[in-house]
Amino acid sequence: MSNIPADLKYTKSHEWVRTLSNGNVEVGITDHAQGALGDLVFVDVPEAGKALKVGDAFAVVESVKAASDVYAPIAGSVIEGNAALGDQPELINSEPYGAGWIARFKLDGALPGLLSAAEYQAHLEAEG
Amino acid sequence: MPFIPHTRDDVEQMLAAIGVKKVEDLFDEIPKELRIESLAGIPDALNEMQIGRLMTARAVQDGTPLNFIGAGAYEHHIPSAIWAVTTRGEFYSAYTPYQAEASQGTLQLIYEYQTMISSLTGMEVSNASLYDGGSAVAEASLMAIRAHRKSKAQRILVPTTLNPNYRKVAVATASGQGVRFEEIACPKGALSLADLEKYAGEDVTALVIQQPNFFGVLEDVDAITDWAHANNIMVIASVNPVSLGILKPPGEWGTKGADIACGDCQPLGVPLSSGGPYAGFLTTKMEFVRQMPGRIVGRTVDAAGKQGFALTLQAREQHIRRGKATSNICTNQGLLVTAATIYLSLLGPEGMARVANECHRATQELVAALTRVKGVKLAFDRPRFHEAVLQLDRPVAPVLAELARRGIVGGYDLGTDYPELGNALLVCATETRTAADIKAYADALAETLKAAVRAA
Repeated sequence: MSNIPADLKYTKSHEWVRTLSNGNVEVGITDHAQGALGDLVFVDVPEAGKALKVGDAFAVVESVKAASDVYAPIAGSVIEGNAALGDQPELINSEPYGAGWIARFKLDGALPGLLSAAEYQAHLEAEG
Repeated sequence: MPFIPHTRDDVEQMLAAIGVKKVEDLFDEIPKELRIESLAGIPDALNEMQIGRLMTARAVQDGTPLNFIGAGAYEHHIPSAIWAVTTRGEFYSAYTPYQAEASQGTLQLIYEYQTMISSLTGMEVSNASLYDGGSAVAEASLMAIRAHRKSKAQRILVPTTLNPNYRKVAVATASGQGVRFEEIACPKGALSLADLEKYAGEDVTALVIQQPNFFGVLEDVDAITDWAHANNIMVIASVNPVSLGILKPPGEWGTKGADIACGDCQPLGVPLSSGGPYAGFLTTKMEFVRQMPGRIVGRTVDAAGKQGFALTLQAREQHIRRGKATSNICTNQGLLVTAATIYLSLLGPEGMARVANECHRATQELVAALTRVKGVKLAFDRPRFHEAVLQLDRPVAPVLAELARRGIVGGYDLGTDYPELGNALLVCATETRTAADIKAYADALAETLKAAVRAA
């Protein structure tokens, strides 16, 4: 059973979104996603300043099995990528909702409609 | 069972299953004007006996001339052991096997090749090879654009001292992907910092430096590399592997070393063979390894703790990453890599240094002998490796034609690629050229130029 914190928002493509106190958002991949990928060996973290639309690929997570894109759940621009992942990609495996965050964004407009924890849980069950 | 993959029945069943009348209909999205019905100069199929006769007749036409042409492909002594081993059944395949890990011997050989090429270039990691030196420059350029994340311009500087064929291959391969190649004129036969200064502060992705350059001249690689890095430009080195027996490896150029180093393995035990097949090498720093195209073999241990070899970093490649793969190179030049690896292992660092020194010595002797001939001058009087540009007092082509009649391949006519250089001839001597060979060339050239004066 994967961990789905109630205070975060989610996407069907397995990203999570946390609204920070200054209005910016932090994005990572869910516990379910890291479990499906397996041990991560490399994360291609985005450069600051990169502008994104909803659904744009902004990072690549590479495990021993596969490499997958991470898609922007929001529209905005990258404030910073998580530099710690350069040396320790396994932070995503150990702390997907904490030290394993991938990038922080300045929002372009309001937060779009995203899944709640319960809706994401239902989506995972439907995906089987 | 007939050894025919698809019988007419098979084909008809498949077409019926997908609702298509004939195979040709599968290609109807290719416009008519792009289709080729037949290839000019390519005859109908011949049987084995006929093709044997044809190829023997063609091979005889090559003859065994005394060779003074380099220009990207070089005649070197090839110890007999190399092709005796390379053509053993266990190695005699040009492909990385599809079930790669089942072929531990092939993988170990590629691993040894990568190790030797990394050591020779002073770089941290090598791939399993590319097609040739030209495609290596093209792939290195695309790789630099992926790796240099601060640069948005997709702009690669190529001095005219880079092999013109490499430039053409790079443009043909990468310009369709939005890469802009900008040529830097080098009228003095080498790159100068003064010519580069106008690019200072601009968004440039990478600079290609060939060492020794196409004219055989040694570029000031330390100063140019440091200049490029100071201006946030990546450095792609295109190097002759034999020259690295004595020259500073690209990994040690300037303060930080070249970022990508590539070249052609042909000088390492691969015969000229009328232009190919050869093999390209590509090396880089570890920080860029995920942007590297092609296959990479790694060493690991199996479940019992014993050494084994496996393809590694495959998540970059198209069978996993599909359309977002780092490149569509999914093969290597296995057979030529086998020859190059055996060549390097037979010579070792000491043998490589001896070959390189002997090439340089023979070329100095050749330049001295030819420039004593009336009507011949040295074009770029700069430190060189094993090639030099000569200036003749008349058009080069008829002179080369007369030399060819005397059994001498006198060099590469630079007139087509470098009309601005006038009657310029690129000559080369490797360790295979003796003092008698050089005298024979100088004598024949003197007679040819004298006869032409009398005729005029």
